[in-house]
Amino acid sequence: MASYDVIFLGGGPAGYVGAIRCAQLGLNTAVVEREGLGGTCVLWGCIPAKALLEAGHIADRLKQAPEFGVNPGEVKLDFGVAMKRSRGVSSQNSKGVEFLFKKNKITWIKGTAKLAGKNSVSVKTADGKEEKHDAKKAVVISTGSRVKGLPQIGLELNKKTVISSDEALILEKAPKAILIVGAGAVGSEFADVFSSFGSQVTLVEVMPNILPVEDADSSKEVERSFRKHGITVLTGAKISNVKVGKDSVSMSIEAGGEKKDHKADVVLVAAGRAPNIEDIGLKEQGIQLTERGFVKINERMETSVKGIYAIGDVAGPPMLAHKGEREGMIAAEVIAGHHAQVLDYTNIPGATYCHPEVASVGLTEQQCKDKKLDYKVGKFPFSANGRARTSGETEGFVKIIRGAKYGEILGAHIVGAHATEMIHELVVARTNEFTVEEVDLAVHAHPTLSEAIAEAALDSMGKMIHA
Amino acid sequence: MEALSPTMEEGKLVKWLKNEGDAVKSGDPLGEVETDKAIMELVARGDGVLRKRLINEGDSVPVGTLVGVIAGKDENIDDVLAGAAAPPGAPAPQPEKPDVPAPAVEPQRSTGPSRGTPVPPPQPPAPPAPPAAPPAPPAQAPSQQQPAATGAVRSSPLARRLASERGVDLGTLQGSGPNGRIIKRDVENAPAGGAPSAGAGRAAAAPSAPAISREGDYQDVPLNNIRKVIAKRLSESIGPIPTFYLTVELDLTRVMEMRSAMAELGDEFKVSVNDVLLKAIAVALSQHPEVNAHWLGDRIRYFNRVHLGMAVATDDGLIVPVIWDADTKGMAQISREAKELAKRARERKLRPEEFTGSTFSVSNLGMFGIDQFTAIINPPEAGILAIGTGEDKLVVVDGEPVVRKRVRVTMSCDHRVIDGAVGAKFLQTLRRLIENPLMLVY
Repeated sequence: MASYDVIFLGGGPAGYVGAIRCAQLGLNTAVVEREGLGGTCVLWGCIPAKALLEAGHIADRLKQAPEFGVNPGEVKLDFGVAMKRSRGVSSQNSKGVEFLFKKNKITWIKGTAKLAGKNSVSVKTADGKEEKHDAKKAVVISTGSRVKGLPQIGLELNKKTVISSDEALILEKAPKAILIVGAGAVGSEFADVFSSFGSQVTLVEVMPNILPVEDADSSKEVERSFRKHGITVLTGAKISNVKVGKDSVSMSIEAGGEKKDHKADVVLVAAGRAPNIEDIGLKEQGIQLTERGFVKINERMETSVKGIYAIGDVAGPPMLAHKGEREGMIAAEVIAGHHAQVLDYTNIPGATYCHPEVASVGLTEQQCKDKKLDYKVGKFPFSANGRARTSGETEGFVKIIRGAKYGEILGAHIVGAHATEMIHELVVARTNEFTVEEVDLAVHAHPTLSEAIAEAALDSMGKMIHA
Repeated sequence: MEALSPTMEEGKLVKWLKNEGDAVKSGDPLGEVETDKAIMELVARGDGVLRKRLINEGDSVPVGTLVGVIAGKDENIDDVLAGAAAPPGAPAPQPEKPDVPAPAVEPQRSTGPSRGTPVPPPQPPAPPAPPAAPPAPPAQAPSQQQPAATGAVRSSPLARRLASERGVDLGTLQGSGPNGRIIKRDVENAPAGGAPSAGAGRAAAAPSAPAISREGDYQDVPLNNIRKVIAKRLSESIGPIPTFYLTVELDLTRVMEMRSAMAELGDEFKVSVNDVLLKAIAVALSQHPEVNAHWLGDRIRYFNRVHLGMAVATDDGLIVPVIWDADTKGMAQISREAKELAKRARERKLRPEEFTGSTFSVSNLGMFGIDQFTAIINPPEAGILAIGTGEDKLVVVDGEPVVRKRVRVTMSCDHRVIDGAVGAKFLQTLRRLIENPLMLVY
């Protein structure tokens, strides 16, 4: 039994960032975490997946190398090695969070937590002991989310032939044939990884486009690139007749007016995540949920029960690490009695790290149409950008959608090498209500990929220079 | 020196209410300040001790000038005083360090226990312009930015554009962005229009006055093409506000009868003809939202509530105090409020929320014996009524010449909002109410 000011339930990006900010603001802080610090992002998501994508990208670049006068000879691929390196990066990052906890004097309580009243948390430790801890100021629910299978169509996760991203990250070798269900960020990234490591990849999406939350132009550009890469892409697909065998899975997929039987060694279910709301005492404390089953919060991260906060995936979409981190910071400021600037959820960027990369902020063109906004589009292809040509990565474009009257940035979409890095110029612009004129006024260095952003801004005003 | 009214540029300290060494709490009155419109209280924006009074009673200083220092009892205030030593005037000396947010702008941020708080920290429209100030407006950007809106006021480029389009003075707004930066939302929530009515931040801060921008109090209707053409063509033809005038002569016989009947009931029921006119105008406006409207450049705002401005002549000039929700108030209350507002206007004691936010205005020169006149529209309002003197006239009723008490009322109409027939219909309603004042009971 110990007493703290604040206790976080879960040490993922939302929880650990919130905890650090709480400690910085002088609050005695503890985090209950049963696994490693860093949560899904560090252990089973963002970080290890990006390490694998980098491995695949090196393989692809090496195929291009002879054009550059560099002949690497025979290139051998070993997914197991890439996987082990990726695990290493993961645990390095998790250790990094542990270090930050020590530095900020945050207590890591190893175990599984449950709310035990407004100001108290009970923890079942790894060795089965039950402890109770006081949280004098606040309890913050940051339990995150988890992968879920698709049992409704017969794709229950069995961790062997039907797997989630969790298992995909620790495969010893790349499967010969893999069928990926769900072409959001996770599905598209794994399609890229396994394709680069020589697997025969089929990517299946029920929506009309892959990366369905992105602008249709972005989705089409990536789909085109994936096909060129040898990935079979099936969109608007209907899955039926799923048979899960010992070493393989078969199913019928109807797409593009054609119904075909497919068979693969492994099916990766990359559709949907569920918030971790069970067994943490929400009901007992009377904490309200949203219609979609997330913990209901207000803009100050407060749940329906005073003194209990919720942040990150468990508090609702978009389920993104950077959204959770920001919510963690806001919760900490509120708990410490400081003024917190309200988070504008329309300014949270999206980033997908497949090749070409996809990044965006704000509205898609379709959303602008649906909202009946008066808008103008500016678009610039990387094929016309000098820097992109030098590196031989000319796929993709920058697309800026601006308000017709005031020039505000309604949405920005980038597909191409380093898109996920470049988007932030436009995130800064949009967040601070700059218009395309301010973007154009900023001088962009030459030669850089970012010049494409300036050109797209100009194009939206009908003044493009280089195309 | 705090900006105590939207148009205030300098203030004269009439009287100090606290002495050096007095403990003060946020909100305590420190002194009385005479602005361009009224004499008002200058209140503390922080807790501590009034350590230093930097100006004397009777001094006039520009908005933003440091007038005193509130700090901890033993805190060193030399730095703050050194900053104030610079001569007052534009650019006003700003003792605040650039990284220190103006606390008044962001009320929730604690000002810190031991920081010397200048009295009071500059408020918009003159917040500190830190060295790393917001970028100057781009040279080749559309040059419709209001000069007053640039420079010292922290605002986003999009907010500036919206404001210039809608005729909102950024200086009158309270920003909700980081460190009080004015962002799109603030401009959108502002009661748009020219300076006279745009007291947004301040009106909201005063709980006594109804906030004019409350949703449901009005409807914004974008301009259709006919309105756009009317607005453009007629503005080209006559002034920035294409005004036309409608005059009617109303019969006051029944109003006079009603007045005397009421006066017989006792002094508490005594009202003036002007009070009856105000009530009738307010009721007529409530039935004609199409004239109870503001011209906002890209749309017209039709109000569902009637806040009646009444022009009052003072020794220093014209001021237009407002009777809020005049259509729903009884005649006795209108009478009381009109009297009180006029009195306070002459004494220059009106608070800003008492002379901003009118939806339509009335001017009465009847007491000067003026038969009829035209009043000038107070933008963004769409019309104003000018009331002449009530006098006995020979008129023909049923073919017989009779003497009747008559009054001439002239409505100035902004043609961009009010067409001739629309104004005429409103006056028809007004005539019905004045000539049958019993209808005001309904």
